[in-house]
Formats: sequence, structure tokens, C-alpha cells
Amino acid sequence: MVLPIDVPPEMLDIKHLRKSFGSLVAVDDVSFTLAPGQLVGLLGPNGAGKTTTVSMIAGLVTPEQGEVLIDGARLGGDTDPKKRRIGLVPQDLALYDELSARSNLRFFGALYGLAGSALDKAIAAALELVGLADRRNDRVATYSGGMKRRLNLAAGLLHDPDILLLDEPTVGVDPQSRNAIFDNLEVLKSRDKALLYTTHYMEEVERLADRIVVMDHGKVIADDTLDGLQSRVAAPAGGHATLETVFLTLTGRSLRD
Amino acid sequence: MALIPLLAMVRKDLQLFLSDRRSVIVSFVVPIAIASFFGSIFSGPGSNSEPARIAIAIIDQDASAISRSIVAGARADKSLKLAMPTEAEARDEVRRGKTAVAVIIPKGFGEAAGNAFFGNGEKPQLSLLHDPSRGIELAMVRGILTQHVMEAVSREMFGGEQGRRAVEQTLPGIASSSMPAAEKRALMEMLNSVQKFYNQPAAGGAQAGTGRRGLTMPYNVREEAMTAGSNIAYNGYSHSFAGMAIQFLLFAMANAGIEMLIERQRGLWKRLRSAPVSRLTLLAGKAASGAIISLMILLVAFAFAMIVFRVRIQGSILGFLGISIACAVMASTFGLLVAALGNSPATARGVTTLAVLMMVMLGGAWVPTFIFPAWLQQLTVIVPVRWAVDGLDAMTWRGIGLSGALIPVAVLLGFAAAFASVAASRFRWEEG
Repeated sequence: MVLPIDVPPEMLDIKHLRKSFGSLVAVDDVSFTLAPGQLVGLLGPNGAGKTTTVSMIAGLVTPEQGEVLIDGARLGGDTDPKKRRIGLVPQDLALYDELSARSNLRFFGALYGLAGSALDKAIAAALELVGLADRRNDRVATYSGGMKRRLNLAAGLLHDPDILLLDEPTVGVDPQSRNAIFDNLEVLKSRDKALLYTTHYMEEVERLADRIVVMDHGKVIADDTLDGLQSRVAAPAGGHATLETVFLTLTGRSLRD
Repeated sequence: MALIPLLAMVRKDLQLFLSDRRSVIVSFVVPIAIASFFGSIFSGPGSNSEPARIAIAIIDQDASAISRSIVAGARADKSLKLAMPTEAEARDEVRRGKTAVAVIIPKGFGEAAGNAFFGNGEKPQLSLLHDPSRGIELAMVRGILTQHVMEAVSREMFGGEQGRRAVEQTLPGIASSSMPAAEKRALMEMLNSVQKFYNQPAAGGAQAGTGRRGLTMPYNVREEAMTAGSNIAYNGYSHSFAGMAIQFLLFAMANAGIEMLIERQRGLWKRLRSAPVSRLTLLAGKAASGAIISLMILLVAFAFAMIVFRVRIQGSILGFLGISIACAVMASTFGLLVAALGNSPATARGVTTLAVLMMVMLGGAWVPTFIFPAWLQQLTVIVPVRWAVDGLDAMTWRGIGLSGALIPVAVLLGFAAAFASVAASRFRWEEG
């Protein structure tokens, strides 16, 4: 049973989203909210509908039903200015390897209408945040996997969005780079950014998330704090169940791929 | 349409194109190299070069005055490169493709040809051994040989010993032949006139019957190449550079379309689509960068041709620029079509390579379209390359004015509009 909890005024309000591909219903009546300064972890097995949900919020996929509200206003089509308030950090390293970090960011910033000194400042700030300022003129092809992940994050927050959608942003990076990304996210939370974070790593959610939304078979099956979720599952010797135990209890143990 | 994102897309695509040294070389240097090669082949004889001669062999088994005269005529002919091998050697040379045609003059050919010349003997046979892959050269040799045989036989029959002997032998037999009386009379009058002709002293003090000319070509040819002007020679590099430049800009744009598919695989289109940028801006940005790259390829190729091979725009410069821009836009939208219809980079690469090669072959970029069958020539009007090549030819060596550019420009822009429409309607906009 889904138990929504009270949150501060929602910056992002997802209402009854539905999307199917042929006969497969990928997302079915998904609703949740996201408030400023909050990080919501979006968990689910492979094929649960997490990425499709994020894609609908980012405007990459048009929902069949439901709506995405930003500060109460419905997000419209391709050129809706409200899209500027959303930043996407895709799971893929969506970067041009042949260009420098600075050239990449110049391009991505210009897509949001940034130009001139405003763009230069935004690039400098983003690179500073992710610790790549001294490598800004190097080709991305020369970067390590962790550096590319950090640049991927920088590209998503270049235009200073209020809402950041992070789709498995730490896949394939070493502990140091992962830790650096966590630090970046903590900074963003402290700046009142609303973060939606999808991952398969339970410890990341345990560390970062203020709330956790669990999806399975296209539906939200839980929306609660970590403590709230843990309290649903009995733990041995009176302690807390781990998030992984909670997750497996909620979604089952059958393989999905 | 938002200008900042549009310009950013164009700048980024140009940066990517120029940062890939291999694609720059393939796009700029290779077409120039290939066009130079094809141009040198199709330029025809220039002021500094002789035309290629057809390699033929003559096996003279007759060794008569007529056969020797045929050999001498062939040896002096500027279109032929003559060798005199044995029959076995000649057969081997033709089989190996080193000689186009071998002519066997059989024993008794001269005597029989002389008799047949006045219509009262069996026609002798000349054997032509030929390379079946060189039909055009066979046809040329057949024509040239006819001229030399006719000249040699008529020369001998009207001025040589064999002709005199043939007339002397023929005249007595006419009276007893079964020919109608009127024809007998006419033939005897003609042969008596020929005999009288033999017995006249030759001009220049030569002995009677020697130094006379037989039948010759009854006309001379004045050839005039219809180029931009009477004093302007055809420059084959004009055509080869037009064809090769268009071929390679199509390849470059097909590759740009495939790059879009790769960008999608790498998740870059998620970033593009999540930004508040319209679909029109995204496609227009791609089309604009592609058109600029295409135009650069075309103009660099022609600039090289102008500097090195003295290709000139003999027609309208405005028309040339118009056709170049229309070509560039057409090629660029072709790239969008590849991106819209391609399922994956690998399959798109195979299909587009075939499509581009078909377009350039049918469009006359490699070989002139006049060698195609009539039905195929009609069909090539649906190939944009045909309009591009014809248009550029019209503006360069044909020297046709602006009016000659209007239809090619309109047709090329029509193709561009069709490509863009299909691309926009079939483009996969959703990024799941």
C-alpha cells in the first residue's frame, strides 16, 4: 500500500503518468512529488519504469495520461520555458568526446539560451563544482570514466535548474569519483535544488535520499522515508532491516532481465 | 526559431567535423585526387598530350602491292599503333588484352580484292581478331580499315600494274559474256576510258600509270567543340570535379546522418530534447551545419580545379553559386533522411553507401549519362545528382548563363524539401 507523506510545498508534482509501448504498459498511474532541497531516490528493478518516468518528466517522452507540474503549472511542449527549470543527467555519458569540456558545456549551455559572459560564468561555476576547472580545455576523450561522470553532471546543472533528474549518475565510477559526486549533490541540496535520483545502489539511496519512491511493473509501490520503509519489514534481533531487504521484500526475488 | 541554440548546433557540428582529421581528408582531399585522375582521363587530347592510339596488329600473309599499301596506310594513321607480329603472337596479344584488334590479310587478298573492285570476282575476306571487351575500339578499327583498304585497292586498280592487267584481261571477255548488250557497251566504254587513263603521262613528269591516286575520302571534316566560346577548349576537369565533389559531399552528409544515429545511441539526443528547443530548430541546426560543410567541400574542390586545372566558370557566377548552395542543401537534407530512416549506424552505413553510389552512377558523376540505355537516361531525371552535375556543367564549361541554373536550382531545392519533409515526419523524436 502506498503511503504518501506530507512534504514541503512541491516544486515538482507528478500526477497519474501513464505510458505504454505497444502492449507493454511501462508506466501506469505514477504519482509523486519533489520539494526544494529534497532528494528523492527512485528505486526499482530493471524494467520497473524508472527511466520512462524520468523521460516523461524531462520531456523526452510524451505521456499518454497524467501531467507534470512545476510549481503548480503544467509542463507543456518542446519549447515550454519551464523546461529550463529542469536539468537532466542521463545514464549515458552524453558528451562529445572529440570536444573539450568547455566546448561541450558551451554547446549545452547555448541550448538553454545562455550566451556571452553569462555562459562563461555558468561554465566556470559548473566545472568548479565538479572539480574539473583545470581540465576544461582538454578533450573529453582524454578523461577518465569518473571525470566524464562529473562532467555529465556539470552539463546537467549548467543552466542552474531548480530540479535535477539524475538517472544512475554513478554507474561505473570508482569510489573516489562517486564520493565526489555525492558531495556535489549535498551542495546542490543545500542550495534548495530538488533532486530525483534513480539508482540500483541501495547504499547511495540510504546515504542521500530524504524520501524513497519504489516502482515495480510500472507502478509506485512505496513512497516513504527510509525509516518508514524499514519499519514495514521486521528485522531480526529488533534492529532495522536494510534497504536491500526492504526492496527485495517489496519487489520480490524473481529475476527481471 | 531560437537563434542561440541554432548557431550553437552549427558551431558544434563544424567543430566536430574539423576535429576529425580523417573525415576532413576524406571529404576534401580524396575527391580532389579522384577528380584529378578522372579529369585527366576524360579531358581528351590537350595541347600538350597526344591522343591514346589503338593498339592493332596486322599479319600480312599476302605481301601484295595492295596489302603493303594497307599496312603503310595503317602505320601512318594517327589513331593506330601498329605492330606486325606473327599470327600466333597476335592471337596471344589480343587474348591478353594488350592488342585491341589483329587484322589478318590472307594470301591472295590483293588479287581478289582488285578483281572484286570491278564487280567480277569473289570478295576476299579480312579476318579481325578482337578483344570482346573493347567493342568501341573494334568499331573504330573497322571504320579506319575500310578507309585504308578502299584507298589501297582503288589506288592499285586505277594506277597500278594489277589494275592495268585486270583491265586488259577483262576487256576481251566482255564481248562473249551473257551480259545485256547495253551493259556490255557501257562497261567496255568505262574500261577503255580507264585504259586510256593508264596510258596518259602522269602529272609532274612521272611515268604513265605510276604515282596516281585512287579513291580518297571525298570530304574533309571540320570539328567544332560546342563549349562556352569558339576559343574556349573543353576542360574535362570541370565535369570530373563536379561529379566527384557531389559524390563526396553526399558521402559526408550520409555520414553526418549516421553520426546523428550514434549521438542517439550515446544519449546526446536526450540532452538536446530535454532542452527548451523546438524540433524545427534541432533539424534546422543539423541541416544548416551540413549545408555549410557541403558547400565548403564543393567550393574547395572547385577552387583547386580552378587554380591547378584552369577550370573556369564560363557561365553565370551567380548561377554557379546558386547551384552549389542548392546542392549543399540537398545533400544536407539527405543526411537528415539517413538519420530519420536509419535503424542503427551499421545498417544505415551499408544502405546509404549503396544509395549514394547508385545516385552518383545514375547521375552521371562517373560516366556521362549518354552511354546509358534510353529508358535509363529518362529515369535519371529522378536522381538529384543528375541535376547537380548538369547544372554545374552548364555553369562551367558549357558557359550557359543564369537561365541555365534556374531549373537545376529549383529541382535540387525540390529534392531538399522532399528529403526534409520525410525526415521530419519519420524522425524518432521520443527518447525513452
